[in-house]
Order: sequence, then C-alpha cells, then structure tokens
Amino acid sequence: MPLDPSLRSGGEDEPGGGLLSSAAVAPAPASGQDAFPGASAETPALGPWKLALRRLRRKRLALAFLALFVVLVLLCLLAPVYAADIAHTGPNQENIINTLSPQGIPIGPTLTSHYFFGADLNGRDLAVRLLYGGRNSLFIGAIATIIIIVFGTLFGLLCGYFRGVVDALLRPLMELIWSFPPVILGVAVGTALALGGIGPIKGNSLIVPALIIGVIYIPYLGKPIRGEVLRLREQDFVEAARVQGMGPWRIMLTEILPNVASTITVFIPLMLAYSILLESYLSFLGAGVQPPNASWGTLISDGLDYLDTAPHLALIPGAMLVLTVLSINVFGDAVRDALDPRATQHVKT
Amino acid sequence: MARFVVRRILSALALLFAVSVVVFGIFEIIPAYNPARAIAGRNASPTTVEEVSRKFGFDKPIYTQYLNTMKLIFTGQVIDYQDDLNVVDQFRERFGATLSLVIPAGLLWLVTAIVLGSISALKAGRLVDQGLMVLAIVGVSVPVFLLAFLLLYLLAFKTTIFPNTGYVGITVSPIQWAYHLILPWFSIAVLSVGFYSRILRSNLLDNINQDYVRTARAKGLPARQVFVRHVLRNSLMPIVTIFGLDFATLLGGAALVVETVFNIPGVGQYEAQAIGNLDVPPILVGSMLTAFFVVVFGALADLLYALLDPRVRLS
Amino acid sequence: MPEHLLDVENLQVSFATEDGLVRAVDEVSFTLDRGEVVAIVGESGSGKSVSVMTLMGLTRSPNSRFGGSARLKGRELISASEHELEGIRGKEIAMIFQDPISSLSPVHRIGDQIVEQIRAHEEISKAAAFDRAVELMERVGIPRAADRARSYPHEFSGGMRQRAMIAMALSLSPSVLIADEPTTALDVTIQAQILEEFKQLRATGDSGVIFVTHDLGVVADIADRVLVMYAGRVVEQGTLDQIFYDPQHPYTWGLLGSITRMDREPPRRLPAIPGLPPSMVNPPAGCHFRPRCPHEFARCAEVPALESRVPEAPGHSDRCWLELAEKRKRRVINGRIGLAEGTVIA
Repeated sequence: MPLDPSLRSGGEDEPGGGLLSSAAVAPAPASGQDAFPGASAETPALGPWKLALRRLRRKRLALAFLALFVVLVLLCLLAPVYAADIAHTGPNQENIINTLSPQGIPIGPTLTSHYFFGADLNGRDLAVRLLYGGRNSLFIGAIATIIIIVFGTLFGLLCGYFRGVVDALLRPLMELIWSFPPVILGVAVGTALALGGIGPIKGNSLIVPALIIGVIYIPYLGKPIRGEVLRLREQDFVEAARVQGMGPWRIMLTEILPNVASTITVFIPLMLAYSILLESYLSFLGAGVQPPNASWGTLISDGLDYLDTAPHLALIPGAMLVLTVLSINVFGDAVRDALDPRATQHVKT
Repeated sequence: MARFVVRRILSALALLFAVSVVVFGIFEIIPAYNPARAIAGRNASPTTVEEVSRKFGFDKPIYTQYLNTMKLIFTGQVIDYQDDLNVVDQFRERFGATLSLVIPAGLLWLVTAIVLGSISALKAGRLVDQGLMVLAIVGVSVPVFLLAFLLLYLLAFKTTIFPNTGYVGITVSPIQWAYHLILPWFSIAVLSVGFYSRILRSNLLDNINQDYVRTARAKGLPARQVFVRHVLRNSLMPIVTIFGLDFATLLGGAALVVETVFNIPGVGQYEAQAIGNLDVPPILVGSMLTAFFVVVFGALADLLYALLDPRVRLS
Repeated sequence: MPEHLLDVENLQVSFATEDGLVRAVDEVSFTLDRGEVVAIVGESGSGKSVSVMTLMGLTRSPNSRFGGSARLKGRELISASEHELEGIRGKEIAMIFQDPISSLSPVHRIGDQIVEQIRAHEEISKAAAFDRAVELMERVGIPRAADRARSYPHEFSGGMRQRAMIAMALSLSPSVLIADEPTTALDVTIQAQILEEFKQLRATGDSGVIFVTHDLGVVADIADRVLVMYAGRVVEQGTLDQIFYDPQHPYTWGLLGSITRMDREPPRRLPAIPGLPPSMVNPPAGCHFRPRCPHEFARCAEVPALESRVPEAPGHSDRCWLELAEKRKRRVINGRIGLAEGTVIA
C-alpha cells in the first residue's frame, strides 16, 4: 500500500517535535515482549552479536578510523623494513655531521626517503625512530591490555561468583589499586622497577612498563565485571545450570562468561587507549620506557625542550600518538554503540 | 547515620594502613634503593653513609622502620631525604596552590561537561552531537603534558597572551592569580570534559526514554522543566560519585604533570620531584593524603546520593 | 450531528528504523463522547499503545511520520505545535500508564508529583495544590492520604501507586482520560478495585475514557464500545454486545475463542491462534490477518475497507470481505465462537 503523501513528521514549529523528542520511541513491534528486533513471520531473529556487527558495518566514520589504526600499526610493525630498504639507517644510527645546522639544530622533515620527518639531536632519522618507538608503544599497550582483560575478567568472575573469602581478599586489593591515581602509582612503581627490574626481568625491559600499566588498570575492568557477575549469578538460568549439576567452573565458563562478553569487548579498545596513553605519561616522567629503547612518550618528552627551534621533534611523535589513540577511541565508541544502542536513530531520507 | 560514619572511618583507617604499607613496600623491593646514600650525597664516603643510615634508622628491620616513619608522619616531624625539609610543612604550604588549581578547574569541567553533554543528548544523532562527541574524544586522546606544552608554547611563548608559567597567590593579586592559572585550568579541564560529557550524554539518553519521563511529558510539563527536574537530575547522580573520586585524587597530587609543566608550587609538583629522587617520605604522605581524600569524598558522594535518591539507604 | 468529543480519522503513524519504515498505525479511525468508555483491544505490537500515545504527541521524534487527523473538541492534535500540546496534556487529555512503579518519578514525593501536574496548568500556590492533591488521593480511595502524599512511590503498594496515578490524571478534570493497560501489572484482586474506580468515573459522565487492554475480561466489564486492532489496523469496531455476540472478523473470533470459561470443562491444551503477527516493516499486501486466517480467499489480497457489513447495525464495522451469512456460519466451532478447530476451547 503506498504511503500517504500527506505524511509529515513531528509538529510544526520544531522538527521532530521539540526538546525531548531526540530519542525515538521504539516502534511497537520492536518493543513488544514477544518480538525480536527484525523478527517476524518472514525474517528470522538475529543474535545480539550479528546485530551489533551489522550496526557496526554502517558506521563509516568509525570504520575509517579503524582502517587508519590498522595502517599505523602495520607501518610500525614494518619498521625494520622501512629502516633497511627505504631510509637505509637504523633507529640508533647517529649522523650528526650531515643533519645538524651550525647552531646545532637538526633538520626538519625532508619528505624524502632519507630523514622523511627530519633528524633528532643526535642525527638519527626521526621517521625510523618513530616507527620503532611506535612498535614499543603498541607492544606495551597490547601486553598491558592482555593482562587487563585476562586478570580483570578472572578477578571479576571469581569475586562475583564465589563471593565469600575470595571476594574479601581480592576486592579490597582491587579497590586499593583503583584508589591510587594511575600516574602516581605508575611513576612510583615504574621508577622503582626501572632501577632494579623484577625477578628475572631486567629494569629496562619493555615488559616492566607493560606489567605495571596492566596491573594498574586491572580493577578498571575487574570491578564492573564483578558487579555484573554478582547480578547474573542470581538469575534463573544460572540456578537452572546449578540444578543440572554443573560445577562452578563450568557455569562460569559456559553461562556467565558469554553474558559479560559484550562488556569485555567494549573494554578492549578502551583499555588499549588508556594503556598507550599511560605509557606516554610514564615515559615523559622518566618512569616508563628506558634508554636505549624509545617510545612515542620518550620521543615527545625529548622533543618538548626544543619546541621553539625544532618543533618537529615533539610534534610528529605527538601527532602519531594522538592519531593512534584517537582512532582506537572512535572505533571503541562505535563498538560500544553497536553492542548497546539507545533508541536514537538517524533520520533516514 | 552513626553507623555510616563509623564504618567510613574504619575503612579510611584500613585504606590508609594499606596504602602506607604498599608504598613503603614498593621501594624496599629494589636492590638499588639506598636512601642513606641519597641523603648523604653521591660522593659521600661509606662511613658517612653508615652514619646517616644509623641516624635515620635504615639499618633497623623493616617493620621498625615502618612504625618509626608512621610515628614521624603523624607527629608532623617527618623529613624528606633530598632537601631535609619537613614533609608535612611542605604539604601544608603547597596545598593552597593545588587548591587554587583544582577547585576552579573542577568547576569548569563539571559545568562545561553538563552543558555539552546535555546539548549532545538533546540533539542526539545530529551534527552538533557528532561534532561534540568527536571533540570529546579528541580531548581524551591527547596526553596532558603535550597539550600543556603546546598551550604554553603557542599562547605564552610565541605570543604573550598568557604568562609563561609561575604562580601568584590569590591574596597577592586575584587578577594575576587567575591570569596565571587560566592555561593550567584549561589543561586539566580538557581531559575531563571529554570523559564526563560522554558519560552524562549516555545517562541522559537512558533516562529520556524512561517511563516516568514520558509521564512527566504527558502531564503537560514544559519540556525544559521535564529535562531539568527529571532527566538531568537522575542522570547527574552517577557522575557525582565519579567526580568525587577524581577531585579527591587531584587534591592529593594527581595533577602532578600540570603542576610540573606550569611550575605551580603545589603538592603534585612536590610529589613528582620526590618520585624522581626516590624520596619516600613525601610519596608516603602524598599517597596517604590522597587515600584520605578518596574516603572523605566517597562518603560525601554517598551522602549526596542518599539525599537525592530516596530509594538509597545509607549502608 | 453534534461534534464528538474526540474524532480520530485515518490516523497513520510510521517510524523510520534501521530496518526500514515501520507502519505502526495504519488508518485507524474512531470517535469518543463524554461518559463513554471505548476499549481498544489487541495483542502486543498491534499499535494500540502507539495510537493513543500519538493523540498526546508522545510519539513525536525525528524518525516518526504522521498522517490523518485527531480532533479534540474540534482542535487538531496531530499537527499542533509542541507548545500547544503542552497546554493540552494533563489538562484536556490525561493518561494513565501501564506500570506505575516505572511511570512515577522515583525521586519525588507522590504529592509533589500531583502538585507538579496541577501547577503546570493553573496559577495556584504550592500549599493549595498540595491540599488538592490530598483530596484527590482520598477520592480514589487511598487511606491516610495526607501522610501518604509525602511518601515516595517505592513506599506504596502496586494498587496504591496506580490509584495515585489515577488521582494525578484526574487532577485537572480532563475531558479525555486514556488508560493504557492500567491493570496489566497488578494482581487480579487489585485489578477489580481499579476497575471499580473507572466505573465510578463513567458514572459521573464528565469525561470520555479510552481503555487500552489485551484482556477481554476487562473489556467485558467496563467498555461501552470496542475497537479490535491487529497489526496496526482496526479490524473491527462496535458496541460491546455487537463485538461479543455478533463478531464479524476472524481475528475477533480467535480472541473470543481463546477465553477460558467457568461453565465448561478445563481445556486439555491452551488454544492459540497459530502463526506470528506480520513484520511491520514489510507487511503483507492486502489483509494483514490473511496469513493466519483459515477462511481467507482470493479477494483478501485487496485490503478490506473498514465499513459496516451488518445492515441493522451501521455503527458496527469490520475489515473482512466474507459475506455476513458466511461469517455467522464459520465462526461457530463446536457450539461456540472461535477461529478454527484446535484454536477453540471446547
């Protein structure tokens, strides 16, 4: 049946009907208790993950940023290739004679294969250092994120499901770490461990900042997961599993974990962004990546003193860092929206 | 009510204890940690180092050292290693500068976040919303030290719109005081505005679709009244708790990056220097101060929550 | 013919969603007069709630599209400005919602919420408004109203909450009262009490009531006229007697056939109309009920017009192409009205 051509939206003086109608009322079938979104006699219901994926596919801006992130990561991973085949120099190779002006100012971006982004104060190729540093920053971020996800989920599950003694022990621990401002805790532990290392790991290893950042942020995931698990374990389907004779580990794995999976998924990009940023803070304050290793944080930190004479030293790594974190955040936001959309829909024309 | 207060005091004590133990312990782990040497100086002879060690009690077992240090802290007599200054005095002197930094910045970011978050929520999905959200995301993607340096460089160095670091007490000259603090306020606010406005937006969108909001509209209440009295009010409550925590940590010195970059003589700057020098007493006092504020503001936030939401019982 | 209190003509409401355009309400027409109770019956997703909420402009959003007209005492509602509607809501048309615990603000006292409603439309002091609120609460049967008015919604029982909502809705003596499944969330015993309130309301004869429900028992208790909705359309409408004793649409037969009766044997299996309601994004062409109707035939491919096919009852209209005599024959299954074998309780 053709649509009535006199159909019009909202009221007359305000499109969409005023201050409060930005949120669309969910149409009746989708809000009915017995209808799945998109389901009817003809179309089968889509599970929440497929729905989320479909929504995600429509967010072009977020996908563009995801592509940007992937490109940046690839570039950094290919650092050795770049160094060997394009720039023909290593990250620590000094070449002062050709790259410093008489006043000691390094050259700026040449946009050619040699010294594409210019040189630093020791005559090293900034572009090469940028990519190698990026590898380190991303590596630390990735390891930290893995630690956060694994242990945050584990602690959240254990505390939330078993409660009792486990909760009494782990929860205050998480609260304690969580109450410390990340920067202060990170710098204190980072400085301390940078000197002596921990166990078999040497003080200037990249694992140290990764470990520190990971541990600091565990409660950021652990606490919400704990809250969700506490809520979930009271639900009927868990009771049903228990009655069926499933052991606690099996229940946690097969019943509870899938239900917190969407929360975990939302946290992955978030924690990655936090970790990369915290590493830059720690490196700025001298408690993160140690020489001879470099990271975006150390590059920015070194370059800030020369903002006036050689701005590229700080600004280029800075831009790289911001772009990377920005991409992760934009994509992460889109993932969150896709998994848990409000009833706000774009007006379709 | 009495139970609430008692429980909070107990948890404050427990937290303070835990924090002090942890901070104390961190530095004991490192083999390279040698406070006696740090105090005596790099070129001191081994005998001098030993004398210092005995004087400060570093040769005693850890728990004795810990108890001693705690006693010194609570009697206000603890000295820092690097400059021989009374730590508690230092904190007292520097607290004013941190307050000057943190309180206006906090107000600034809270108000801005409420305004931006509200606009975004009311125009959800439209260009204004998308633009504001992108701005918010950029805000949380830039490291503060980079932002601070850039601001200083562009606005205080290259051009002289703003003064180039430094601090002027409010009693000396209110105008100069504010003038010197504008860039630092902005630096702190940018980071948090992004975060808070997104959370508020999310809460608002949740609440706009609630049944009781629909009832409020059905009563014929003007849209503005519905928004403020019902939607905003319920959406602000979770933010209160987060704000309390953030504010507490800032009071304890979490703004150390901004204080360092802008050369503001606050507690954060002191702690940053101490950390760099592995100077334990200021770090200890700073951490405990932070923990204290965290508990106090957490309790205040809970009280406020209970006041605003009658369903919540103080437990 | 005197003007109706409320006159809805060909109301259409659609929403633009990520799946396409959803036609929630399709050519709904009905009238309401003072002292009348019109019941709108239908299952979840039939469009009944969206229809009545649209009368108050509560479905407006950037994705909504409206057509047709709804006139309250001659004033057009669909195209009225938001500002005009704010003046009408609560004062001329008031609504009672389904779930009182979520429909009342949890952080404001009950009395204050009623006061808020009153002061939105009248210049009156807070104290005076509060007194009136207490009076109203007494009128709807809330004991110790003066104390209760200072309580919060979560401190009330379900029945009390719903009474408070009714008090709030009546506070400005609206001409039209819409009740959207007001008893669905309540115990059966409380339900009876609430229905008593509505019957008293009808007795005063000042307002018209639109009562949305899916429960035919409630309809039988309280309605003067009935609208049966399915998949966004009105499929039948008439007086209570006409609908219950001479139903014309197969869907109505199905609804009536699924009522359990006290004077018969309990059923072996609970009957249900087989199938699902159609997708409102791509509704089937022609009659929406056709895929589930055992009596469908070729003509059903054309949308049946909503008109009276019963000569002696011009007010009784339906959307079914079957001949009157055919209908009266086919709807009788095992001695009672139903849709088809297996969907009727014997």
